[in-house]
Parts: sequence; structure tokens; C-alpha cells
Amino acid sequence: MATAPRRHSAPLAWLVPAVLTGSAAPFVLLSFRAATGRLGANPIATALNQLGLLALVFLVACLACTPAKILFGVAWPIRIRKTLGLLAFSTACLHFLLYVVVDQGLRLGTVLNDVVKRPFIAVGFTALVLLVPLAATSTREALTRLGFKRWKRLHRLVYAVAVLAGIHFRMRVKADAREPFVWLAIIAALLLVRVVDGFRGGASARRKRSALAES
Amino acid sequence: MRPRLDSPKAGEITEDAVYQRRREFMRRAGLFVATSAAWGTGLVALSGRGEADPPKPPPPLPKTPLLRVAERGKYVLDEPSTPYESITTYNNYYELGVSKSAPARSGDRLRTRPWTVSVEGEVAKPQTLDIDTILGWFGLEERVYRMRCVEAWSMVIPWLGFPLGDLLKRLEPTSRAKYVEVTTLLDPGQLPGQNDDVLPWPYVEGLRMDEAMNPLAFMAVGLYGRPLPGQNGAPLRLVVPWKYGFKGGKSIVRIRLTEEQPVTTWNRVAPNEYGFYANVNPLVDHPRWSQATERRIGEVTRRDTLPYNGYAKYVAHLYTGMDLRRYF
Repeated sequence: MATAPRRHSAPLAWLVPAVLTGSAAPFVLLSFRAATGRLGANPIATALNQLGLLALVFLVACLACTPAKILFGVAWPIRIRKTLGLLAFSTACLHFLLYVVVDQGLRLGTVLNDVVKRPFIAVGFTALVLLVPLAATSTREALTRLGFKRWKRLHRLVYAVAVLAGIHFRMRVKADAREPFVWLAIIAALLLVRVVDGFRGGASARRKRSALAES
Repeated sequence: MRPRLDSPKAGEITEDAVYQRRREFMRRAGLFVATSAAWGTGLVALSGRGEADPPKPPPPLPKTPLLRVAERGKYVLDEPSTPYESITTYNNYYELGVSKSAPARSGDRLRTRPWTVSVEGEVAKPQTLDIDTILGWFGLEERVYRMRCVEAWSMVIPWLGFPLGDLLKRLEPTSRAKYVEVTTLLDPGQLPGQNDDVLPWPYVEGLRMDEAMNPLAFMAVGLYGRPLPGQNGAPLRLVVPWKYGFKGGKSIVRIRLTEEQPVTTWNRVAPNEYGFYANVNPLVDHPRWSQATERRIGEVTRRDTLPYNGYAKYVAHLYTGMDLRRYF
């Protein structure tokens, strides 16, 4: 008389903790390398580059969740979308803090001048600023308060953020722009999936939308 | 009927529900570990490489020194020199890879003997010279120069070599020689970065004749009393300490004297970002970043960038009357 095991928690309860644990790895490695002098001759530049790239990776992973559902019908990525978005935001904040506090030595005048006058810094800073309202409205309460339609419209900003982040990466590079262009191409492809799905519009898309609202 | 000896008593059998929960727990624990490990590894692979890779150790000092310090030069700074390891593992040499650590990893691909330098253009006698012939002409002197990269980092480097002006005088320029052009070796076998067209190869740099004849302009063949490693531009490279580092052409195989201003590589690729003159100037920013400050490698706090990289009293007169915002 086999009885089905009683489940005390949702079957995917391990997913978010697993993503968070895995996400700690690059930070642990970076801290270890920084503490033991293994970041090369220019450790500040190396740490800045790695944190910036990491923020972009989190952002692109976050953007890939909905297209994964549209293309392959898998629902579980939606469960980690918020976590990935908040990881992207936190990492971008660390990247910016490292630039302000360590790289520029808290010379706020220079930082302000950079943000206003240097397109490279200005683009990255704009991306970070645009992430703030998204992080602030990441809670269920905020979603309810705003209403799903308005919340969703606001969170479309994430595509602008990703494009700005990709351009920021491109502008940092002197000549070899292959890597930033790969990232920009991925962002464009993910955006394209959303646009095409939006145009197809019909019942299936509406069903997907309502499924999104539930998650 | 006797119970079979090998079957446990009914009370000792694990309850099915508990057994199933344990299985479920193990399954989830497995998924947790596998997912976090895969995700963590992927993140490290995507973001954790580049400069962090441990470079090959620097080449050992040869038992019999190939280079002798004939004269300790007068151009020595009181600022501490950047460690040999930093100079040889953190630099740009796109022909050996576009990251800062790549040149050190493949610098030993460069075969620096035999090596010839072709002398062309406005000279009394165009000829091909063996590197050892050139080295035989001059006593080597040490010059401890600041090196300011256009990317806003800097070093202090004890070069070994001879003044460029001394070499040019021996080559007997004609009266039409207004510029000097130096060209880097073109050989994707030794310089694998040339397989990628990130820049038009070979790399070309150049100076105005009066700049080249300035006593500060230098041809380096060594570093810290050792022969120049491949990644730093062996066996012969240009060092122009008052200009951004990219003016220093590496692994030179051709010296051409010309009447027209040479078409130099970075200036050709992005004329709005990299000028022909490329004098270090804190007041003229790169379009994408500020040139007002720099990070000296090994230091945390940025320092102010000096006009002409601190060599204004030796070279500023070369540019009197020139609009330095236009001729940047």
C-alpha cells in the first residue's frame, strides 16, 4: 500500500537557494584572489572588470527567463527571475562602489565630472540608476500596489538597462569589441523573442501572460 | 511456520512515508548541489578570467649577461621603479593577445635572433642591418622613465638601450627627412594576435624628426639589466616617455625616414581618439575617459597626470605655437 509522500514544501523550493549559493562562487573567488594578491599588476581594474561583467551575466540570465518560457515552455526559470534581477542590481552597485571608493578614492568631484562628461561612465551610470526603480518594486506588495499592467510596463526598462550595459562594455574596450558585441547580440536576440511573441499576441500569449502574473 | 531468519521484524521496517521523504530529501539535495555547482562554475568561467590568470614566471637572468651597463644615464627618476614582474606581465602588445596578461603568456614565441632591421627612405644609404651590428655601435645606458598608458595607468621602467638620435645620425638622414616611421614585425607565427584583425597589421608608429632627435627619445633593448622579454617588444623597441605608451613601436623590423607624416596605426583606426602626436596631456581628455589622473601600477590612490608626463622642461619647446587640443 504505497502512499504518495507528503510534500512539506514546493518541489522547486531548492532552486532559489541553489542559485544564490552558486552566485556566491565568483565573489568568494574574487575576494580570495584579491586577499592573496592574485589579481595581477592592476588588481583594481581587474576587480572592476570582473564585477561589471558579472552584473551583465546576471542581467542577461534574468532577461532569458521569459524567452525560455516562450520558446521551450519551461516555467521554472520564472521562479529565479527576481533573484537574478536583484543579483544583477547588487553586483552593479558593488561595481559602482568599487569605482567610486577605491578607483577614484572618493574624489566625488571627479566622479561627478565623469558621470556628466564621459559618455562611457555616463552610460554605465544611467543603466545603474534605471535599475533602482526595478529593484525597489521587486516585491509582491509593490506589484499589487502598482497593478500588474503598470508593473510590467515599468519592468520593460530592464531591456534599456541591458542595452546600456552592453554599450558601456563596448565603450570600455579600445579595439577588440568582439566580446561586448556577443553580449549585445544575445540581448538583441532575447528582445526579439519578446517582440515577436508580443506581435503574435493571440490567446496563447495572453495565457502566458496570466501564467507570468501568477508566478 | 517459522519466520524466515533473514527478514527483519515488522517493527524494524522503516515506515514507507519516512523512506519516501528521505528519498525526496536526497533528490532535492542532489539537485541543489548540482545546480549551485554548475551555476557557480558557469559564472566563474564567464566573469573570472582575464587578468586573473597566473602568468608564466619571468625569464631567468642569463648566467652571462648579454647586455652591459656602459653608462648609468642621467635620466633617472627618484620615484620607485615598478617591479619587474608587473612590467613583464601587465602590458599591451595586441600582436600577442588583446588582454593585459596575454603578451606575457606568449612572449617567448618571439625569436629575436637572427633579427634584421631594414633602413629605408630618406637616408644616405638604405640598407638591412643585423641587430647585433646596431648593438655594437652603442654603449648601452639605463634610463628610468615614466610610462603613461593612454588607458590611464602608469609605470616607472628602467630601460636599457641607446638614444634614437644617435642611431638616426649614423643612418645619415637626407635633408628631405622630416619624419621617422618604425614598423613592427609582421609574422602571425610568432605574433599570433596578428591572426585577428583587431588592428591593421603590421603596427606602425612614427615621430617628427625633431622629436626623434630629442635626447629623451630612446631605443630600448633591455629592461632591469636583462634582455627585453618578447612581450615588452624584443629585441628593439621605441620608448618616447613624454607620449602615451602606444607611440612606442615594438619588435621593430623597419625604420623609414619620410618627408610625409607617417600613417600610424591607432591614429588611422580612430583619429578622433588617438592623435599622431599623443603627447601626455592631463587637459585633453580621451573622448571616453579622463586623462587628468592615472593609476601608478602598485598604488591604490590615483595620482595627477603631469603635462608631457613630467618631461615638459625637456620637450615642451618642440610644440611652441601648436594648438595642443587640435594636435593631441
